[in-house]
Amino acid sequence: MITLEHYLVLAALLFSISVAGIFLNRKNVIVLLMCIELMMLAVNINFIAFSFFLQDLAGQVFVFFILTVAAAEAAIGLAILVLLFRNRGTINVQDMDAMKG
Amino acid sequence: MTFELVLFYLFGAILLGGALAMISVRNPVHAALFLVLCFVAAAALWLLAEAEFLGIVLVLVYVGAVMVLFLFVVMMLDINLAKLREGFTEYLPVGIVVALAMATVLVLVITRYITMDVPERAGPEYANTEALGAILYTEYVYPFEIAAVILLVAIIAAISLTMRKRPDNKSIDPGKQMAVSREGRVRMVTMASEKKKAPRRGGQGSGADAPGSKDESK
Repeated sequence: MITLEHYLVLAALLFSISVAGIFLNRKNVIVLLMCIELMMLAVNINFIAFSFFLQDLAGQVFVFFILTVAAAEAAIGLAILVLLFRNRGTINVQDMDAMKG
Repeated sequence: MTFELVLFYLFGAILLGGALAMISVRNPVHAALFLVLCFVAAAALWLLAEAEFLGIVLVLVYVGAVMVLFLFVVMMLDINLAKLREGFTEYLPVGIVVALAMATVLVLVITRYITMDVPERAGPEYANTEALGAILYTEYVYPFEIAAVILLVAIIAAISLTMRKRPDNKSIDPGKQMAVSREGRVRMVTMASEKKKAPRRGGQGSGADAPGSKDESK
């Protein structure tokens, strides 16, 4: 019998792994974007699990909208990435210091 | 252990293994492919939780469109992998410590405080897609329209960001063609009339007249 804890623990582990990924690949913007996608997947697993165990479809509607916005975010993020590479010739996060932040 | 639980552990292991491989491989192309594996395993887990429509949408939209976009961009950019990998081992201990701390806290909270009764499995007559559509087009129709507009904004933003005017492009702007006026093309010159010179002796006689006749034609 799959319980709610199974899903939540799995999503928590997935989220922790993607946080570790952000720490490890902090120079490569593409892998950073992939880690963010993985984090969003972990959150979506939580939504789906609660939707099933509460027998409420609102959670699945939320996941639907998250997927929509995430697709838009990925498209714009990758467009900015291509533009950045065309202008600077690098995607290293350390080289992006034009704003002196 | 029921068959369901076996399936859950199998796909959960694939999901976590794929995620670990994704964050640690050297090549971004391999990372994108491992992310595809994660998405497929997650879709299987969503099917186990009776979210059939979203499981299929995850494979179709995410694996089929977003990850292909990722792969396109990764392969299009000519990146120096060695430079991007600098500091991987340097940040490895910090990453492991943060991830372990976070996982420990989350798992402790989840296993101690959150329990919920397992609901009955829906019968074969239950259609998840139909149920989702019924509330998506009635109760959530306004957010649904907003989501459509967000996608349109994303399309326009992505195209306008990456489109560029190439300097060696020979195509003609129709607007400029239509706006042409007589003054922009023809120049009237007043000058004294010239007499046609007699042809010189030698081979190139016919060519020598050419500049003079051109001036007259203006």
